[in-house]
Amino acid sequence: MTKAGTTVAAAHARAPVVRLPRRRGIELALIVLAVLLSVYGYCAVGIARTGTVPPGAAGYGAGLGVLALLAHVVVRIRAPYADPLFLPIAVLLNGLGLVLIYRLDLETPHNQAAPAQLVWSTLGFGLFIAVVLVLRDHRVLQRYSYVWVASALGLLALPILFPAVNGARIWLRLAGFSIQPGEFAKVLLAVFFAAYLAANRNALAYTGRRLWLLQFPTGRVLGPIVTIWLLSVGVLVLERDLGTSLLFFGLFVVLLYVATGRTGWIAVGLVLAVLGAVAVGRFEPHVNQRIEDWLHPFRTIEAGQGPNQLSQSLFAFAAGGVLGTGLGLGHSILIGFAAKSDFILATAGEELGLTGLAAIFLLYALLVERGYRAGRALREPFGRLLAVGLASLLALQVFVIAGGVTGLIPLTGMAMPFLAQGGSSVVTNWVIVALLIRVSDSARSQYDGQEAA
Amino acid sequence: MARYIRHACAFCALLLAALLVNAARVQVVQSGVYDDSPANRRGAIARYGQPRGDILVGDQPVTGSVDTGEQLRFERSYKDGPLYAPVTGFASQSYGTTFLEHAGDGVLSGTDPMLSPLPLWSGVTRGRGRVGNVVTTLNPGAQQAAYRGLAGRKGAVAAIEPATGRILALVSSPSYDPGQLSGNGEAVASAWARLNHDPEKPMLNRAVRQTYPPGSTFKVVTAAAALDAGVITDLDAPTDSPDPYRLPGTTTRLTNEGDGCGDASLRSAFEWSCNTVFAKLGVDVGAKDMTATAAAFGFNDAGLRIPFSVAPSTFDTHVDRAQLALSSIGQYNTRATPLQMAMVSAAVANGGQLRTPYLVERTTRTSGVTLAGSGAHPLRQVMSPSTAARLKELMTDVVREGTGRRAAIRGALVGGKTGTAQHGVGNSGAPYAWFVSWAQPDDQPQSQVAVAVVVEDASANRGEISGGGVAAPIAQGVMRAVLGL
Repeated sequence: MTKAGTTVAAAHARAPVVRLPRRRGIELALIVLAVLLSVYGYCAVGIARTGTVPPGAAGYGAGLGVLALLAHVVVRIRAPYADPLFLPIAVLLNGLGLVLIYRLDLETPHNQAAPAQLVWSTLGFGLFIAVVLVLRDHRVLQRYSYVWVASALGLLALPILFPAVNGARIWLRLAGFSIQPGEFAKVLLAVFFAAYLAANRNALAYTGRRLWLLQFPTGRVLGPIVTIWLLSVGVLVLERDLGTSLLFFGLFVVLLYVATGRTGWIAVGLVLAVLGAVAVGRFEPHVNQRIEDWLHPFRTIEAGQGPNQLSQSLFAFAAGGVLGTGLGLGHSILIGFAAKSDFILATAGEELGLTGLAAIFLLYALLVERGYRAGRALREPFGRLLAVGLASLLALQVFVIAGGVTGLIPLTGMAMPFLAQGGSSVVTNWVIVALLIRVSDSARSQYDGQEAA
Repeated sequence: MARYIRHACAFCALLLAALLVNAARVQVVQSGVYDDSPANRRGAIARYGQPRGDILVGDQPVTGSVDTGEQLRFERSYKDGPLYAPVTGFASQSYGTTFLEHAGDGVLSGTDPMLSPLPLWSGVTRGRGRVGNVVTTLNPGAQQAAYRGLAGRKGAVAAIEPATGRILALVSSPSYDPGQLSGNGEAVASAWARLNHDPEKPMLNRAVRQTYPPGSTFKVVTAAAALDAGVITDLDAPTDSPDPYRLPGTTTRLTNEGDGCGDASLRSAFEWSCNTVFAKLGVDVGAKDMTATAAAFGFNDAGLRIPFSVAPSTFDTHVDRAQLALSSIGQYNTRATPLQMAMVSAAVANGGQLRTPYLVERTTRTSGVTLAGSGAHPLRQVMSPSTAARLKELMTDVVREGTGRRAAIRGALVGGKTGTAQHGVGNSGAPYAWFVSWAQPDDQPQSQVAVAVVVEDASANRGEISGGGVAAPIAQGVMRAVLGL
């Protein structure tokens, strides 16, 4: 008996302090790999098209490498416990996006998008570094939730004052730059939703009236958030940006479910989504057309008007097959004006094949899963909901755009995170990754230095 | 909360699975359907991504490829386009291919399995092999002589080497430059519209795709039938034929252009092209034997390919005696392509044997290595050798002292037959001038060339249109080019 007692005492006496591995070396190695892969892709395009390594290869590699290393150094200093996968995946996706845009630029000499994308990516890296440096604790964000929502609504409303482009009123054109404020708004809204739901989740889950199977919260609790959500969706419908309104809706439902744990919210969400989709699909000509295109992708061909963008996109995917034609050797430029933005995945599908496409999907999946994992590891609700919200944003966006261009769901014009041409999108996604790094750093550092039980 | 986060994560995994399954559907299961869609330009881009093989005349390419740097990169170009258009046809990115460009497309565009280095290799790679060339049988000198001879008048020339069936010249006039149709731009569309609406029909291949009433040149066929059937045994015996000749069962009287046709011998009737004599001969031979002989020469054969299809020449098989009489002098429903009449002449020149005509000597790799030769072309005994010998004699007389004197060539034995075919309602149209002939150099045992010429010149003075005056000199030019005399 005494013997046993001494053993327990001895164990207590040693009481080792847990040292969590920081894994910054793994991150560095993966970043180097990501940069090398991007440079390899860049060279492959040049060799396929002209037979020589493109003259900018060294500069491209150096630029991407320096930016990625800077980001890594900042993470190493300021967020040493962060998940080591976020940064390499983002670098690889951004690098691959630049390669694909450069590759498509070769087909459209009058319309060069890669240089601008490089500038925006640099800005994205800059913002990433700024967020990681300045934001010491993500909980600070919770304090200003009404500032975020006000700015989000303002940003969303701004483009109404500007002329519509390609049927959607979502751009700001200033001094040669075009910005999509809705892109920034979605991060701000995600932060606001997380903050509000974290603060009110008990009220949402346990107060109010019970109606049939559903526990409805009081209007005082539910009112403000539904109003804001309706406002943002209403503005987006006005601007005909249905992809983003779908995204907000999905984000809202997922966060509500995670915050309250009530499956009923998902049911309500689905019913509302179906009702809304039917109503909009029937009465909005722009959307109606998209749905018709989705149901009958070859409608325009049968009518003798030639293939539309969706059928061209399907042709591109089909041409890729399992292994793809090889970088630079496809013809996805046939898709037309949105080849570098909404349809960039078709180029990946054609030139990298199903194999490459699956790899890209898995990169996104890994990014999302790591986000969820960070959320689960945290102990306070705001951080949890923030991580889940940001990861869900990425997941939903990838699903909506990839499902659209492959004919799984009706097409909505949205940007593939990191891959697609589009400045606001790249910058926003870097901010999302920065926030995820911050959250995952908190999640893991909270265990560090604790005594083992 | 952690449980709900796991649920949300599972939901995202479900979305990912849906994306992957759908991508596999598009890229693997359905890819064949999408690849084969006529609206998918990838096939055309691959097709025009490399220079097309060439069509060769006398070892020189008459075609080429121009790198436009556009999406459909290479366009067809033609040297002497109008001269060779009835042979090459066009290869257009917008309007497809015709004639040899069409018949030889597999070799020219590189899809022919023979071009692949290993058997079945192209099936495995799904890629395009190297392209090959098509070598024609044409004699460039003869082709040029024929084109020059027609000098822009509406008409056509076909020339054959009798012993082999090799086509030495195939000319149609007026012609066009197929290079105008090569690309896919607006200029091509307007050229296409202009050529299709041109009343002169420059894209019509008159040598093989247009049939004409052969008129008196058909008398070669009728004479062959009469000699083979034994209706005529002596070329110089009177034929017991009236002038004018009343068509059997009608009151219509058939007359001649000149005198001296009453009871004329076959020799003089052939020499002076007596309608009455040959109309009666056809009736005497009978529909069955006339049809059989015409068919042996190639009439009523819808299956002739050289390798592109040739419009069938016709000899009506369901006729009464009056119609038979008219059919036998190349009128009524008797119609022939210039190539068909060249075959008639070639059969006579070749001792009664007819080789099926052909235009492709061989196909080769671009290196010159032969892929496929022309092979043995079917041989047909059209008439007995003695009949052929007697017809040769008759045709020689026509050139020596009859209506075809303008085809004579010093240093060669030349035989011919003129024709002036009437057409139109009540013979209102300007007659077609015909001439069929063959030529045998004095120092050779065999004829080297058989030619048929038709000129449909509506603007010429009606009295001057005659096979001997208009068509014979053109035939002479072609024969001289072949013989080198």
